[in-house]
Amino acid sequence: MIVFDNVAKQYPGGYTALDGVSLKIAPGELVVLSGHSGAGKSTLLKLIPAIEHPSSGTVWINDQDVSRLSRRAIPYLRRNIGLVLQESRLLFDRPVYDNILLPLVINGHPPGDAARRVAAALDLVGLYGREKEYPAGLSGGEQQRVAIARAFVNRPSILIADEPTAHLDPAYAAEIADLFKSFNSAGVTVLVVTHDAALFRQWTPRRVILAHGRLVET
Amino acid sequence: MRNWLYLHSRAFKQAFARLAGQPLGTLLSALVMGIALALPAGGYILLDNVAALARGVSGTPEISLFLDSGAGPAEAALIEDRLQSEPELASFRFVPREEALQQLENSGLKDVLDGIAVNPLPDAFIITLRREDPALFEALSARMRDWPGVELVQLDSAWVKRLSALLELGRTVVLVLAGVLGLTLVIVTFNTIRLQILTQKSEIEVSRLLGATDRFIRRPFYWFGSLQGILGGLIALAAVWGGIVVLTAPVAALAETYGVMIVLAGPGWVESLAVIAFAAFLGWMGAAISVRRHLAAV
Repeated sequence: MIVFDNVAKQYPGGYTALDGVSLKIAPGELVVLSGHSGAGKSTLLKLIPAIEHPSSGTVWINDQDVSRLSRRAIPYLRRNIGLVLQESRLLFDRPVYDNILLPLVINGHPPGDAARRVAAALDLVGLYGREKEYPAGLSGGEQQRVAIARAFVNRPSILIADEPTAHLDPAYAAEIADLFKSFNSAGVTVLVVTHDAALFRQWTPRRVILAHGRLVET
Repeated sequence: MRNWLYLHSRAFKQAFARLAGQPLGTLLSALVMGIALALPAGGYILLDNVAALARGVSGTPEISLFLDSGAGPAEAALIEDRLQSEPELASFRFVPREEALQQLENSGLKDVLDGIAVNPLPDAFIITLRREDPALFEALSARMRDWPGVELVQLDSAWVKRLSALLELGRTVVLVLAGVLGLTLVIVTFNTIRLQILTQKSEIEVSRLLGATDRFIRRPFYWFGSLQGILGGLIALAAVWGGIVVLTAPVAALAETYGVMIVLAGPGWVESLAVIAFAAFLGWMGAAISVRRHLAAV
């Protein structure tokens, strides 16, 4: 369960990104978040893994008040949240395998189990057999699939994605959307920020729209 | 525990790969550290050898205990018993007055001694101690002077004091040198790790997003600093051994002019391990300070 309770976020300089946002996302829900540029979508998303902290209000993740988490507790929260950003944020000096392995190493998985999970994740995103390649040799869509595999390999209960299909052509974008739907079908709570309202339409997800830091439709 | 070991072995491999990935930079940093460490390490070894050389030239410091001219075998046996019960003694040797006279004759004074009808020399004990501690020499001599049958106790105290003071001065210089150059080593590591953090910035950021703790992120940098220190330590040892190889022949030639045989001794296992451990510690310390200072900014 993700709960935003009257959340506001002001940046230094006085810019208000979010203003009194209250939102509940049930476990296993697929939510598509949209809005104009600067509406506060990315800020809202960043509050979930405590990349940003609310100026007022509370953010609850699985009954845990994220806004009051100590600095030391934040890494453990993030291990249960899969994060896909607009840029893939891959490590370009490491092969695909090592990129996907990283969350498992951080989480202290035994090497044998980690190898099995990486293989399964590679298979899921259709990159099995290409684990020794480096990200620079992959297309934009493939890089984004590696990023998704990395976000999902730890089997998080929540998957959040910020414009994961922004730089992809429609065919690749549809593949990525399929992947998110398959995770959601497996019981994962999925929250996707996207400009492309048509992308997830066929699965009738819950739509949330932000405008000028306020919720206009939930 | 297994997980802890796995994480450390992974961090170690990561640090090793980073060092191996930039061989020239690694070599230059290790050389700076090695040279900085070679000076105090070489100084320490030099002091050891100087002490050995001084002992070779002047002999082991001794106490000469002269008996009363009237003292007979019974008194000598009594003193021998007392000497045997002294725990600080390394050895002692009884020199009968006849042997002392013979030694004096052999030293080129036969003509002078021929003119003396009676042997004027007393029986004596020549004593060596376990430690070259001037205070111990003084204390033992003072005690022996009160023993019955003892006429005179003569000690090499001036020589011992001079040598001891010289070695103490040398040790202090080496210690100060080690402190100053150790600081240099910490600064070198501090700067190397700062650059490492800058080049690994994106990996650090991604790792944090994926839930890495500060400890997880710091670990490879600690290993990097320690490994660089170990490399520096090994270079320092190689430099010290190189110095010993170069100096052995000239020092032996110099010692021979004093009638002494001397072979320069290099650092033993314990000293070698101490140099490497000290270097690794300094590398780790430089890394720890740098990581604490610079990771927060990433």
